[in-house]
Formats: sequence, structure tokens, C-alpha cells
Amino acid sequence: MRTTRRVFLELEDGTRLAGSSFGHFGQASGEVVFSTGMTGYVESLTDPSFRGQILVMTYPLIGNYGVPDKAEVDRFESDRIQVAGLVVARAHDDASHAGAARSMPEWLASEEIPGVEGIDTRHLTLRLREHGTMLGRILPAEVPLAELAPMFDPNRIDVVSTVTVKEPWSGVGSQGSGIGGRKRVILVDCGVKRSIRRELLARGVEVRQVPSNWDYTGEPFDGILVSNGPGNPEQCPTTIEVLRRAMALGRPILGICLGTQLMALAAGARTYKLRYGHRGQNQPCRESGSDRCRLTSQNHGYAVDARTLPDDWQVWFTNINDGSVEGIRHKRRPFAGVQFHPEASPGPLDSRDLFDRFVESL
Amino acid sequence: MNRPDKVLILGSGALRIGQAGEFDYSGSQAIKALKQEGIRTVLVNPNIATIQTTPGLADEIYLVPVAADFVEKVIKRERPDGILLNVGGQTALNVGVELWRAGVLEKYGVRCLGTPVETIEESEDRERFAVRMRAIGVDVPRGSTASSVEGALEAAAAIGYPLMVRAAYSLGGLASGMVTSPDELRERVREALAHSPQVLVEEYLGGWKEVEYEVVRDRFGNGVTVCNMENLDPMGIHTGESIVVAPSQTLTNSEYHRLRSVSLHVADKLGIIGECNVQYALHPAGKEYRVIEVNARLSRSSALASKATGYPLAWVATKLALGHGLADLKNAVTGVTGCFFEPALDYVTVKIPRWDLNKFKAASRRIGTEMKSVGEVMAIGVTFEEALQKAVRSLGTGLDGLTDPKARVPDPRDEIAHPTDRRLYAMAQAIADGMSAREVHELSRVDPWFIARLLEIVQAAAGLAGQRLDAFDCEGLRTLKRLGFSDRALARHLGSTEDEVRSRRIQLGVVPHARRIDTLAGEFPAATNYLYMTYGGDHEEVEPEARGRPVVVLGSGPYCIGSSVEFDWCSVGMCRTASALGYRTVLINCNPETVSTDYDETDRLYFEELTLERVLDITSFEQPLGVVVSVGGQLPNTLAASLARAGVHLIGTSPDGIDRAENRRRFSALLDELHIAQPPWNELSTLDEARRFAAEVGYPVLVRPSYVLSGSAMNIAKTESSLAQYLMQAARVSPDSPVVISKFIEGAKEIEIDGVAQDGELVIYAITEHVEQSGVHSGDATVVLPPQNTYLETVRRAKWIAKSIARALRINGPFNVQFLARNNEVSVIECNLRASRSFPFVSKATGYNFIEIAARAMLGVDVKGEYRTLDLDYVAVKVPQFSFSRLKGADPVLYVEMTSTGEAACLGDSLEQAWYKAAISTGFSLPRKSVLVSIGADAHKVKLLDSLRALAAAGFELYATDGTHRFLEANGIKSQLAHKVSEGKSPSVVDLVLGKVVGCVLNIPKRTADEATLTDGYHIRRSAADIGVPLVNDAELARLFVRTLLAHPREGLEARPLSDYIRR
Repeated sequence: MRTTRRVFLELEDGTRLAGSSFGHFGQASGEVVFSTGMTGYVESLTDPSFRGQILVMTYPLIGNYGVPDKAEVDRFESDRIQVAGLVVARAHDDASHAGAARSMPEWLASEEIPGVEGIDTRHLTLRLREHGTMLGRILPAEVPLAELAPMFDPNRIDVVSTVTVKEPWSGVGSQGSGIGGRKRVILVDCGVKRSIRRELLARGVEVRQVPSNWDYTGEPFDGILVSNGPGNPEQCPTTIEVLRRAMALGRPILGICLGTQLMALAAGARTYKLRYGHRGQNQPCRESGSDRCRLTSQNHGYAVDARTLPDDWQVWFTNINDGSVEGIRHKRRPFAGVQFHPEASPGPLDSRDLFDRFVESL
Repeated sequence: MNRPDKVLILGSGALRIGQAGEFDYSGSQAIKALKQEGIRTVLVNPNIATIQTTPGLADEIYLVPVAADFVEKVIKRERPDGILLNVGGQTALNVGVELWRAGVLEKYGVRCLGTPVETIEESEDRERFAVRMRAIGVDVPRGSTASSVEGALEAAAAIGYPLMVRAAYSLGGLASGMVTSPDELRERVREALAHSPQVLVEEYLGGWKEVEYEVVRDRFGNGVTVCNMENLDPMGIHTGESIVVAPSQTLTNSEYHRLRSVSLHVADKLGIIGECNVQYALHPAGKEYRVIEVNARLSRSSALASKATGYPLAWVATKLALGHGLADLKNAVTGVTGCFFEPALDYVTVKIPRWDLNKFKAASRRIGTEMKSVGEVMAIGVTFEEALQKAVRSLGTGLDGLTDPKARVPDPRDEIAHPTDRRLYAMAQAIADGMSAREVHELSRVDPWFIARLLEIVQAAAGLAGQRLDAFDCEGLRTLKRLGFSDRALARHLGSTEDEVRSRRIQLGVVPHARRIDTLAGEFPAATNYLYMTYGGDHEEVEPEARGRPVVVLGSGPYCIGSSVEFDWCSVGMCRTASALGYRTVLINCNPETVSTDYDETDRLYFEELTLERVLDITSFEQPLGVVVSVGGQLPNTLAASLARAGVHLIGTSPDGIDRAENRRRFSALLDELHIAQPPWNELSTLDEARRFAAEVGYPVLVRPSYVLSGSAMNIAKTESSLAQYLMQAARVSPDSPVVISKFIEGAKEIEIDGVAQDGELVIYAITEHVEQSGVHSGDATVVLPPQNTYLETVRRAKWIAKSIARALRINGPFNVQFLARNNEVSVIECNLRASRSFPFVSKATGYNFIEIAARAMLGVDVKGEYRTLDLDYVAVKVPQFSFSRLKGADPVLYVEMTSTGEAACLGDSLEQAWYKAAISTGFSLPRKSVLVSIGADAHKVKLLDSLRALAAAGFELYATDGTHRFLEANGIKSQLAHKVSEGKSPSVVDLVLGKVVGCVLNIPKRTADEATLTDGYHIRRSAADIGVPLVNDAELARLFVRTLLAHPREGLEARPLSDYIRR
């Protein structure tokens, strides 16, 4: 058995849950959210949408198949662990899987991310569900309360600017024969997952990945993909403004997750904060006017308010569980966005056709 | 889509290895799903012990064989417009396909609901299936056939080494095995071609991970995978023989979702409407996969998946078959979400198979690609270690956990490398004895992650050595409990007692908490009643039953020989009755193949181990009115005394009453007091005493040691030497482990009374007789109700005895008494103050629900009344189902230990007709009019003379072994001599059987079960089991068999519903 050091998870309502430290032994602060996915911790932890959040995994055993070598960049969604902290029932430090180079706790330690295990994660999840997401922090047992800074709230700042690329990046898909031909897509990086870029490149398009506040409207392009990302969409006024101008150009736009919320705001609709968000791989969505449903991977705390959609927009997908908006589209123009993650990673691969549809529309 | 008005449901028939109680669960859920829509339901299933055959569920119940000819009769009579083939296992599927091919379904306008029959056919045919899968871009194992060494080498070159070589068309895996080089291949193929015209050369998948996905898909093409499961035992061990974990533990996100996508693709391309499962081999490095099999029906795995996730698969599959869409169905478990989603688990489940291999004579312990287990348990925990150790205890084999020394094996290395039913324990033992995790992995190919978990448990146990209980604080104890250690195991490691550990941990506040299984990891509020207990949390999620103190019912635990679906029927009946009387009900069980663990059967379900510790944890939390231990068979019954000692109130007969029946000496004294005869017996602790006692009462004697080294626990000794041999070699006799010896009464008739008493007064009883003479276990006997060949005087005496015992023990609830009768002398051989195996049989055959009456009696409702159970216008016969074909090497012989795995029962106008239908239900058929006869004892030869004469006269060709042949000759009956195998002459007995020259074997051995089994008789019986030729090995049964065969052609047997017989 590991020797353990005690740490606490403290919530903004004063709740303190005791656990044992793994990974980095230190403090962390952020919004405490839970995800119900049973696999894919490597992908989740590196998903920039989790920036500023302490992630609670409802599946109790995390770390089972270790972590790939850092050099295998395609196995990670970004170049670092994005969560502020990780809370699990049981952290396994195995690295026996053929694809593993190190254990999950080692990885967290190397990136100075604190983890807490031995917490009653179900109890914590039910609490977050009943009270809504809360701010919280991970505290080593011996830190005196007086030395603590206030809890960090990622929804009150422009957290996107901390995860977007600093300079534009361009790349061409290796498969020249892909359906994308020589088309050029602006990828508005609000904290994009690598797999989104990979899906585009795999379809043979040229990708120009730009910072979230970049004005690309004067550049040559065939379509725009507005990416996922962390935080509150209302904290990104510049991105919204550029997008509004881009819409006037009438070329195809696809939004994913935060990108969809930004599109909605640019179109004049409003967004709101969900009580505890959708984070998991089993979110059922129905396509409007169809019997076809799809199971989706999701990670969002905000949603588009359907009642505020302008007349020329419509709801494209609806969450079967709670009826919230999971996709919107323009009635005449090639603008559409989904709240879920068609690139999966982690999660079900059922929606990759949306990339096909987008690239075909270019 | 047109909704059908009346649907025929095919059940799975008698339980056997590979097809057990899981189909009672799926069938029952399906019937409920149909009834909810007002559709009339007709059920064909001769398995009388099931819940689905209980009057009140299906509109009509046919206790007739699930065979094409009988089902056609039912269709003709009932005229259903729909048929459901996917809830009755392989049996129902095969019969359905047969009816479809024969045009019967079309002729009567019966539509197959759900997955089309064409798809079923395609998935069942290996060759066609492989072609189809390749065509849709799905990988299946590579392989081809060859008829020459050169051909095989060519095929091998395309596949690559190592690979598997199998002789085609050979029984028992003859000449098959792995080869690593062309030289080995040459040698192996030459050998194989000597036995068979063709060899199969296939890629070797040994050591690949084995993974399964359960898929549901609606007619709109919406599909989800409800659950994935990973086998701890990699490829090479049948999934029914494997320890299975849900969800998968060692698959990365991309592996998980790749296989998930393939599953949905396969279901989509095959056009599944309803449920299917897809089985994979996955390369350990995750690069490649192979689809091994697709089952286009509900299966054992789907039952497990359903219980592991809380998703009611069979119910959903039935709704989809009726044309509903997944998104439109409400999730009945949560009440808030729909059925189009994939459950998110926040716990881990572990399934362990339950084997009973030592019940069989000469059966090998090795496990592999064929199923041998008879049941399974599932355990739920927050850590894998907690779930695994809980599962070990749930098996009901007496182990307190993984580190129990009782599980030690003599040669762990051998059992790890060549898996047996004890491999899990062998791995733990090897690790404890210093074998490295790496070596365990290399020997077993079990994924290192699982071995690391075993290591954690073993190391934690080792760390306890030399420690004392009071040295542990709350955190220390909790850590151990999270690793799944039971109080008893901790007591063992710490030199303490279970009671001390329990009170210490309660004092420190270390108690398990109940958690909900809600299918969505807490994401939405869901008021489910499906619970488990864990040390993985420290908060109370549920409150004790608030609407009144509940009645706690202990379920049956895993199916095993002697405890099967009948006890699930009793448990469910108990709960339903208590519920109808206004009581809140709480059920505890750990068997995923049951109806009792369905979400809608009780107010609260604890999917938990049936151990004293856990039952006390639950009762101290729930504070019930009391606990019912008498409806789940022997496993819960054994907890009666210790529960009572712990202050738990038992509902039903008092603990002292139970003890007076269970304790051999007390019960014997009671019988003497009541002037009821019993075979003389004694408990002895030395071999000399045993010899003296046996000589005194005379041989044969029945020997029951309390400690068995190998083989079965009970035996009959005919001579002093066999007694001595048995007690020295197979068992141990000492003052610590005494042996019970009783006089074995030969040639007697066995009768039984199943009854219910209330406050000591017999309320209702049913009397049954065995066809076979004494010496055949009651679970293996052919049982007849009402008795056809028992003197009225005997019946009266038996009833009087039952009444006297009920009064003396103040029985309050179900009970069963077994009698021996010879010339109107009736003696008692056993009495159980609990529901017996035959409760569902006597209930359905008499039309009185005994368990309902027992439940009412126990709960204080006056149940006295007039019940007519003896004077019936029909006969009901229960026939055992054996699974010897699955148990290579086991001797298919009837003796004092039970070996049957299930039963079927049918009703008829006569004993013969009822028996014939029940026998057909257990697989009996007679393809040709020729019989091999081999009778050991002279008395039996004489007894069967008339029967054999009649057979010969009716044109049956008789083959007979040496002694029987001479006997027949002397009596002027023509027979052909069948040579012994050892003589080397043709035709040998084995040639006759394996060559299917004979259609049936009458092999009546002398009852010398304790002598060497590898005789000619064994060869005859074994080859009959291997080739599936009916085997009769009791003289009385043989007479019934011949009588039936000559008087009743199969075509003339009726298919009438149960309601047609039971009229009042």
C-alpha cells in the first residue's frame, strides 16, 4: 500500500471532504465539476475545456491503463494537463498497458497537478447535482486557512485566452485525396482539442488555426470551425464580434461546444449556465424532425437558450434527458453548431459524420 | 407497425449447463412488457420451477417440450399472430428457426417479432457469418481448411505462426493444438489427417483479451451499447467459465470506443431489432480485434449486463421487437430518463462462475472452451478488490475471501498454467508464496492490472501477520474493508473472532453504506430501489424503509447442483405475497440469473452476498420486522441459527424448531419420541468404530463424512473393504471430523411430502413418489404426483408422520419430509423446515400455490382450509435434466449425490404420457428402434425380462453385453452380443453407441458407486452422453420407459394448457 498524505477538498459552501493525495502534493482551486465517462481520462484531463476546473470522476477506478509517452502527441488533446485538480475514488498507478509509458499519478506529479483519492465521489456528485456546480479547492491538510487566496472562478475571467494558440498555425492534411480537396478552413481556437484539428486534416483540408481573438475575416478561407473551449462564452466579446462579421460573408461555419455558444451569441441569442452541466459520454440527443438519435460525448457548463434564437435559426439537436439545446442551425445559410463533441475523444464515435457534412459543404 | 394481439413466447426448458435461470429472467420481463400493452401471451416452457410458468403471468401456460412438433400443436390451438424467439436461449432460437424453415410460422400467419429469422440464421452459421462480417469490413479470426499437409502449410503461411490446428469433425478436440513452426505443423497435420479428412488452420488468439458488448437497436436504426464487459481470463476460456468484470478495466478510450462502434455497425448491418451481443478477442496491445461471435438473442451475458447496469435489457428488447423506438421508451428503473442512453457505472461488478465439479464422478477440473459451470454470482463494489472478494464469498462455497486457506491447491503453478475452476485462488496463493506478478502473468496471460489487484489483497493480508485487532484505528480498518476483507477473514488473519472484529469496527464507526444503482452515476435524481453496500463511501445515500418496517427475504444465492431456479421461484413468491399483504419487502441475493433481482419485484433489492456479516449489516440498517430464511434453499437456511443468536427475529418456524430438524441427534431423538421409524445411524470418529457399527446394522451403509479430501461427500459402502477404502482415501475420519453412517435400505420406495404448517398444524401437503428405487438422490429422481404406485396405507402413514413432526416442531411455514417405504413400513430419512426443491412442482401440479400459502402462514394470516391435492384427474411427472455431455469424463450414473442440473415437468392423462412429454423436454428422443441393454444385477435382469420381451416383440433390435446376452438367450429373447471394449472385438459397446447403431441405452449398473468407475459400464454410459443417445440407468425407470414407448407414439401426445388440467 502507498503511504498517503491527507488532503481536503473544500467546497464554497464550506463542505470539507478528506482524502489522500496522489500526483502533486499541493493546492488547487477552481470550479468543481463531475464527469460520468468511464474511460478516457487521458483525453479528458488534457481537454482545454476543463481549464480552471477541478474534475471529479464518477467512475471510481482511474489510471488503470496508465498514460502514453509524451511524444505520442496524438494521444493527448493538448500539450498539458488542463484540469486544475483531479478527484477520484481510487487512483490506480498501473502502467502495464502496452500503450502506457508511465502511471497516471506520475503524470499528474510531473505536471504539478494535485489529485485526491479516497473521496466518496458519489456523495460529492449528488451534492454538486443538488446544489449546482460549486467553486472549490484542494488543500493539503497542513495549510493554514489564513494563507489561502480566494477560490478561483473560471467563469468570471476570459479563460479562453489562456488556452488558445498565441500565433496562427497552418497545416495541410496528409491525405490530399480526402474529400476536402484544397479547401481552407479557419479553425478558431478557443481551446481546441487536437482531435478536432485531426478530423479536419484527415479530410484533406488546409487548416489555419488562429487565436480566439484573431480577425480572420479579411483572409482567404472556405469555411470556419469555431472550437470548444472553457468558461463562460460571454467572456469572449471579440471572438463573438469577429464571428458576427464572418457570418455576413455567408461561408459555411461549424461550431462545436463553446463555439456553438459563441455562434448563438453572435446571432443574437443568449446563453445560460446549466446547474451542473453535461459532462460524460452517454448524452442522448435527437435530431429535430427525425427518429434518429445519437449518443454523444459532452463537456459543457453553458447552453444556448432556445427561446432567444432569432427567427432564422432553429434548434438542430435536443438533449433527450433534459430537453436542452444540443445543436442549432441557420434555416437558410450554412451555419450550424453542436453542443456535443463529434470528434469524441473521449467518447462515442457516432457523430464523425458531422465533419464529413461540414467539409462537403465547403 | 401492426401490434400483435397474441404472442407466443418460447422458454428455454429444463436448466442445463450453458442455459440456466437467466432465461427465466428474460422470459418473465418479456411477458411483463407484452402484458403492459394488453397483448395476450402464451408461454411454452416445461420448466415448472420457473417464475414465468406461474399462473397469473402469461395468459396461457403450456408445460410441454420446447420442440417443433409440440410448438406447432400449440400454434394450431392458440393461433397467435406473433412469436418471440429471443428470450428462451438457444433452445427457443433453434426451434423457432426450425418452425420457420418448415413453413409453420407462415402457414399459421405467425410473425417473428424483433430480429428477423434470416439474421438469426446468418449469425448461427459460422461460415456464412464470417463471410458476412468480412464483407462489412469487420475482422473475424483468419483461418481456412486444408486436406493435405501442403495445403495446411500454404494456409499457415498466409496466417502466420503461432496458429491453431484442429481436426475437423472430431469429437472432444482430438488432435488439436497450437503449433509454432512449419515443422510442428507438418507433424500435427499428419496426425490430424489420420483421424479426419480435413484440418482447420486458424490464427492463434490465446492470450488476447476477451471483451463483450451488449447492444440494443430499434427499427429506426438507433442503437446503443448498454454495457461492455471484460473477461479476467483471456481468450481460451469460455466466457461462461470466465471471471467477468463490467465495465472493462484495462481498455483505453480508443479501444473501448472502437469496439463499441464495431458492435453498433454489426448490429446495424445484421438488422438487429432488439438485443444482441458481440464478443471480441482484442490484442493486448489494442492494435487488432476479431469478432468471435454474435448472439442475436438475450443471453447469459445480457442477464449479467442487465443486473450490472440496472438497464432492463429483456424488457427493452421486447418493447423494441414490438416496434417502439429507443428514445420513446422511459427508463423504467430511473423513471426520469429514456432508454436511448448508455448506463454510466460508478462502481465495478465482478462475476465469478459457480462450478460443482466435485459432485461428478471422474470429471476433470480443467476449464477451457466448453462450459462446465452451473451458475454464477455477481458482486458490486467501489474497488475491484471489494467486488472480487465479495464475489468469492457470494459463491456459497464457505470461503471467507480470496486468502482463505481452504482454497489452497496442491500445485498452484499447474492450475495457473492449465486453468481449473480454482485458478483465481491458485494465483493468489502463488503470489502469497512469492511468485512474481510477472510470472503469474506469463503463466496465465491474465492482464497485469488484475494481477496487481490480487497482489494488493495478498500483501494487505500478509501485512496483518502478527498484528492485533485493537491496534487498528478507523482508517486502518476502513482501508482493509475497502480491499474487501470480511470480518471473518480479518479475524482469521488477526487471531481474533468474527464477533470481535464486528463489534470493534462498529465501535469505530466502520460500517458499509447502501448505495443506489441508478444507471447514470448520479447525474439525475433517480429513486431506484436497487442497492448494494460498500465501504467505498462514508455517507448515507438512502434512508431505511420509511413506509413501515420491512420483511427481509434471503434469496437463493448462486445456482448450483441442488439449488436452482426453484428457490428463486420461492423467494419471488414470498416477496409478492408479503407485498400483497401490505408489507414492505427487502430481498437480498447475489445471483444475476434471477427474477428475484429484477428491479420491480421488491420494494428494495440489495444485490449482496448472503453471509452473516452482510445480512446483519443490512438488518441493523433496515431494522426489519424479521428475516425469512426458509424460501431460498439451504444457503440462507444455514444462517438461521447465527442470525437468531445475533438477535435477529426469524419469520416462520422458531430457530429452535429449525435446529431440532437440522441437528441430526436432536431430530433422531424426536423421531424416537414420536415412535417414527428411521434407518439406524450413528456418528463415529474412528475407522474401527465405523467398521463395528456397519457390521452391526449390516451392509450396505450410507457414509457421510464431514471432511472430504476428494470426490463426493456421500457414498454407499457395500462391503467392509469398500468402507475402509473410502474412509482412508477419499475422506478423513477423526474426532474433529466424524463420519455419519446409516443403514442403507435397498429396494425401498421413496416418497416425499411437501407441506405448509401454521403454528404446528399441517395446513396443506402434497405427496409425491419416486419412480426409481431408493438410492437415487431425490433431486435426480423421476417424481410423480399424485402417487400411482404407493399403497393408500403408506400415504396415510406418511401424512400422519408429517402432521406429528409439524406439531412437535411447531412448524410455521414451508417444510418437506422424505420417507422410505417398504411393505407399508414407513421411515423418515430427512426433514427440512424450509421450502424444498419440489415446491413449484407441487404448486403448479396441484393448482395451489404452496409458497403463497406458506408466506401467508408465516405472516400470521389464517390459511386453514380444504385443499384437494391427492385425488386428481391427471398425473404430473417431474424428470431430471442432466448435463453430462458438457462434463467430459464424468460418469453419468445415478447415485446418492445429486448430479442433475435442472428439471422439466409435464401433465398428462396417464403416468406414461406425462413422463414421455417430460422426458422429451429433457432431450429424450428415439431415432431408431434398437436398444443396447446392459444389466448388472440378476435381480434387475429378472425384473426387466417382461419389458425386454415386449420390446423384442415390438420389433426392436436388441444388443446386449455378455451377461445380459446370455440371460436373454436363456429366456428365448433374441439379441446380438455387444463386445466389451477390452476384448477388442467388433461390434464393441462403444462402436454401437458412437456409431449411433443403437437409439437408446439401457444400462442398469449394480449400485457399487464406490468402486472403480472405468469399467465397461462407464464406457457405455460415457459414450451415450458424448453422442447424445438417451441413457436409462434405473430398472424401474426402464420399465416405465418400455411401457411408454410401446403404448404411446410421440405424435399422439397432447399439448394442452395448464389451465385445462387445473380446474376448480
